[in-house]
Amino acid sequence: MNQRILIADDEPNILISLEYLMKREGYEVSLARDGDEALAALAEHRPALVLLDVMMPKKSGLEVCQALRADEALKDTLVLMLTAKGRETDIAKGLGSGADAYMTKPFSTKELVRKVREMLEARA
Amino acid sequence: MLSVPLVVGASFAYLALLVAVAAFGDARARQRRSVIGNAGVYALSMAVYCTAWTYYGSVGRAAGSGVWFLPIYLGPTLAMLLAWSVLRKMIRIAKAYRITSIADFIASRYGKSPLLAGTVTLITVVGIVPYIALQLKAVASGYALMTTPLGTPLAAPQAWWHDSTFYFALALAGFTVLFGARHLDHSEKHEGMVAAMAFESIVKLVAFIAVGAYVCWGLFDGPTDLFARARAVPELNALLHLTQRAGQKFAYEQWFALGLLAMLSVIFLPRQFQMMVVENVEERHLRRAAWLFPLYLLLINLFVLPIALGGLLHFGRGGMDTDSFVLSLPLSQGQGALALLVFIGGLSAATGMVIVEATAVSTMVCNDLVMPMLLRTRRFGSRAGGDLSRLLLGIRASAILAILLLGYAYFAIAGEAYALVSIGLISFAAVAQFAPAMLAGLYWKGGTRNAAFTGLLLGFALWAYTLMLPSVAKSGWLPADYLNNGPWGIALLKPEQLLGLTGLDNLTHALFWSLLANVGAFVAVSLWRPPSAREASQALLFVDVFQNPAAGPVFWRGRAQVRELLPLAGRLLGAARAQQLFGDYARQRGVAGIAQIPPDAQLVHFVETQLAGAIGSASARVMVAAAVEEEALGLDDVMRILDEASQVRAANEKLQSLDRLKDDFMSSVTHELRTPLTSIRALSELMEDDPDMPPAQRTQFLHIITGETERLGRLVNQVLDLAKIEAGHAQWSISDVNLRALLEHALQTTAEMFRERGAVAVLDAPAAVPSLALDADRMTQVLLNLLSNAAKFLPAEGGRVDLRLCGRPTGLRIEIEDNGSGIAADQQALIFERFRQGGDSSNRPQGTGLGLPISRQIVEHFGGTLSVRSAPGQGACFTVDLPWQAPTTTTGEPR
Repeated sequence: MNQRILIADDEPNILISLEYLMKREGYEVSLARDGDEALAALAEHRPALVLLDVMMPKKSGLEVCQALRADEALKDTLVLMLTAKGRETDIAKGLGSGADAYMTKPFSTKELVRKVREMLEARA
Repeated sequence: MLSVPLVVGASFAYLALLVAVAAFGDARARQRRSVIGNAGVYALSMAVYCTAWTYYGSVGRAAGSGVWFLPIYLGPTLAMLLAWSVLRKMIRIAKAYRITSIADFIASRYGKSPLLAGTVTLITVVGIVPYIALQLKAVASGYALMTTPLGTPLAAPQAWWHDSTFYFALALAGFTVLFGARHLDHSEKHEGMVAAMAFESIVKLVAFIAVGAYVCWGLFDGPTDLFARARAVPELNALLHLTQRAGQKFAYEQWFALGLLAMLSVIFLPRQFQMMVVENVEERHLRRAAWLFPLYLLLINLFVLPIALGGLLHFGRGGMDTDSFVLSLPLSQGQGALALLVFIGGLSAATGMVIVEATAVSTMVCNDLVMPMLLRTRRFGSRAGGDLSRLLLGIRASAILAILLLGYAYFAIAGEAYALVSIGLISFAAVAQFAPAMLAGLYWKGGTRNAAFTGLLLGFALWAYTLMLPSVAKSGWLPADYLNNGPWGIALLKPEQLLGLTGLDNLTHALFWSLLANVGAFVAVSLWRPPSAREASQALLFVDVFQNPAAGPVFWRGRAQVRELLPLAGRLLGAARAQQLFGDYARQRGVAGIAQIPPDAQLVHFVETQLAGAIGSASARVMVAAAVEEEALGLDDVMRILDEASQVRAANEKLQSLDRLKDDFMSSVTHELRTPLTSIRALSELMEDDPDMPPAQRTQFLHIITGETERLGRLVNQVLDLAKIEAGHAQWSISDVNLRALLEHALQTTAEMFRERGAVAVLDAPAAVPSLALDADRMTQVLLNLLSNAAKFLPAEGGRVDLRLCGRPTGLRIEIEDNGSGIAADQQALIFERFRQGGDSSNRPQGTGLGLPISRQIVEHFGGTLSVRSAPGQGACFTVDLPWQAPTTTTGEPR
C-alpha cells in the first residue's frame, strides 16, 4: 500500500500543485486548508508525513506541529515545514516546534520530492 | 581554660584561612569566574551587620531585659523587606556615577561638594572609631576568658606594649590593607573581601547555633525544659514578657526608636553601604537578598533567649558576666573545643566588621579629607605632574592603620567605661544623621548643599550633646553635674531632658532631637533658596536615574583636550590603565584611536566618572575643572540640556520603532512575493517534467500561473504605490472632480464582475453635486478597491451592493454597503493594516492585503476619512468622508 501524505496550506494553487506532484510520485494524498482541518485530517487519515505550511488561518503550522507532537497517537508523524518566511529566527522557530525538516518557498519540486522520499525511507 | 598558644594559634590559623578565601576570591575574579556573583553570597556578605557586639551582647541584653535584643534585628528585617527599592536606587546611582562611599554619595548628590564629603567623613570617623574599639574589646575579653581559669578575676589591663589586643589591632590593620587597599580598583570592588565576609558570616552563624544547640540539648532537655525551668523563676519569667514589671506599660516609643535606628543603620552604616551598594555585583541579587538576609538574622537570633536563660539558670544572676555566656557556658562544662569554636565565631564577627568598616572609612578619609587637602598644595596640586596612584594606596593604608590605632587607643583608655559599652547604639545614632540628606536626595529634587550641610551639622551637634557627651560624663571623664542640672545650672539645657522633654529613655530622646533638627534644618534651608545649576543637575541625575538612559544628559559646557585629560587620568589611575580606558572609550565612540576622540562634554563626563571611582566625585570635579576650560552653567542651561537629551532619546526611540515596522513590512512583502512564486515554479516544473500532460490539465495550470503572475504584478505595484504615498513622493494630479460621474464610471468598470457573481450594484446619488479638488485616478482606485472588496464577500445568491453619495455640511460622503458576510468587530481595525486580509482562504488569492491601507492613505491625503461599520452576517458598510476643502498642504502639486 502506498504511504499517505497530508498537504496543509491555505493557498489553493499551492495545494493543487503539491497534490499533483505527490500523486505523480505515487503517494496517497489528503488535503487541509487551515490548522484545524490539518489536525482533523491527521487524526482521520494518519498520514506518514505532513507537508505543513507555517502561515495558516485558525491554527498556524507551528501550533499544529506542537499539538501533533503532544498527541501520543500522532507524535511519530514526519513533519516537513514549508514556509515563505526564510529568516533564521523563523527556521529556528519551526524546528523548535518539533518539525523534522524545513523548506523555504519557493522550492524546487525535485528537491521536495527527494526530501520527502529520504524522510520516509529513513523511517522505514 | 585553654592554653594561650592554642587560642592564639587557632585565631591566627583562622585569620590565615580568611586571607586564603579572599585570595581565592580575587584570583577567581581575575579569571572572570567570580565566586561572589550570586544572591546568596551577597546576602551573607550583608551579615557583616552582625558584629561581635551583637554576637556577645545580644545574649547580655536578653539576660538583662528579655526581648529587648529584638529591635536591633527587626529593624534591618523591616528595612530589607520595605526599603529594597531604596537600596536598588542607591545601587543604580552608585554604579552609574562610580560612587564608592556614603560620603561620596551625599557630596555628589548635592553638587559634588567637597565640604559635604568632608563633613560626612568626619561624622563617620567620630561615630565609628569607638565602635571599632568595641570590637577589639569583645575579642580581648573573649580571649581573657578563654585563657583564665573560670571564676578567677581577669587579669588587670597591661601596658600597651604587653597588651595582646594591641598586636591584634596591628594584625587586623595588616589584614585590612591586604583586603581593601592592596590594589587600586577603578570601581572600589573587592571580590576577595566579599568572599571572605560571606565566609566569616557562615562561621559566626555556625558557631552561635552550635553553642545554642549545646545549651538547649546539652545542658538542658531541649528548649521546652529550658523555658519551663525559666518560667518557674519569677525573675526569669519576667524576661519572657514584653513588659518586665507588672503594670508597666509597653514602651512603644522605645521600640519604635530602636527599630528605626536599626533600620537606618543597616542602610547607612559605612560597612553596610560598602557591602550592599559598592560591592553589589548585579542589581537583581537584591531581590533574593531582601529575604535571605532577614532569614540569616532570624537564624542567628534563634538561640539568643535560650542561651541567656540557660546562663542565668546555670550561673545565677551576678554569677558570671552575661555578655560572655556563650563562652562561659561551654567552658564551665569543660567543652573546650566548643568554646574555641565560639571564640573563633566571635573573632570572626569582630574581624569582619573591622575589616569592612576600616576599608570603607579609609576610602572616605583618603578621598574626602586627605586628597582635597593634598590637591591644594603646590606639590600634588591639579596642575602638577607625577603618578598619584601609588600615593593613593599609601594614604589608604595609612588611614586604615590610623583608624585601628585610634580604635585601640579608645579601647585602652575607655576600658570598662560606660562610653564604650553603650557605643553600639550611639554609633547607630550618628550614622542615622545621614538619613535625611540621603533619602531626600534620592526622591526630592529641591534639596540643596547648604540644606544638607546645615542638617548634618545640627543633627550631629545634637547627637554629640544629648548622647555622646552624656556617655562621656557617665564614664566619669566629665563632671556629672551638667548632666543633672544642666550647664550653668540652666535646667532647660539638661542634655538628656532638653527643653524639658522627659519621659523618654536617653537614646529615644537623642534620636528625637537630632533627627528633628536635622530634618527641620534640611527642609527649611532647602525651601529658603532654590538649588543652584550644579545642584539641580545632580538632582536630575540622581532622582531620575531610572528614567535616564545609559548615556544620560551631560551637564557640561566648555573646551577640553584629550592631551590634557589622558595624562590626568594616568596620574590617578596609572598610565597603562588610563590608556586602556581611553582605548575602550574610543572604540565605543566608533573612532579610530585615542587621538580622534572628540573632546566634548561626553568625554569630560567619562573621565570625571572614572576619576570619581578612584578619588571620589568631589575631588574628581576639582581635578577635571582644573584640566579643562569650562563655562558656568545656569539653571536654564541645565533645563535646556535635559530637554535636548530627552528629545534625542525620543527621536532614537522613534527611529527604532520605525526600523521594527520596516523589518515587519519587509518580512510580510517577502512572504507575499514568495507565495505566488511557489505556485508558479511548482506548476512550471510539473509541466516541464511531463511533456505529455493532458491539454485540459495544462490549461488549468497555465491559467493559475497567469493569475499568480498578475497577482505578483499587482503586489509589486501596490507596494511601490504605498511606499511612494508614505514617503510623500507620489504624483498627484489635482482637478475638479464630479464624484457622481466618478461613481458611475467605477460601477461601469465593475458591472461585469458583479454580473458574474449574480449580484446587483445600485447607485443612489443626487443629480447634481458640487465638484471637489481631487486626483480622479487615485479616487477611482479607491472606489474600485472598495467595490471589488465588497464583491469578494457577497453571498453566492442575492448579492447586493448599494452605492450612496450624499452631501453633508462638512463635505461629501460616499457609502458602499454590501449584504455579505460582514466583518467581526476585532477584525475591523486590522483590515486597514498592511497584509491583514479579512475573510478566509477560499476567496483571498485576489487580494494583496494592501488595497485598504492604500485606499485609506489616499483618502487621508485629501483630508478625508475612510471607515467601516459592520456586524458579522449583516454585511459591511465602508464610508468615505471627503471635506469640501482639502487641507492646503495636501492639495499641492507634485512634490
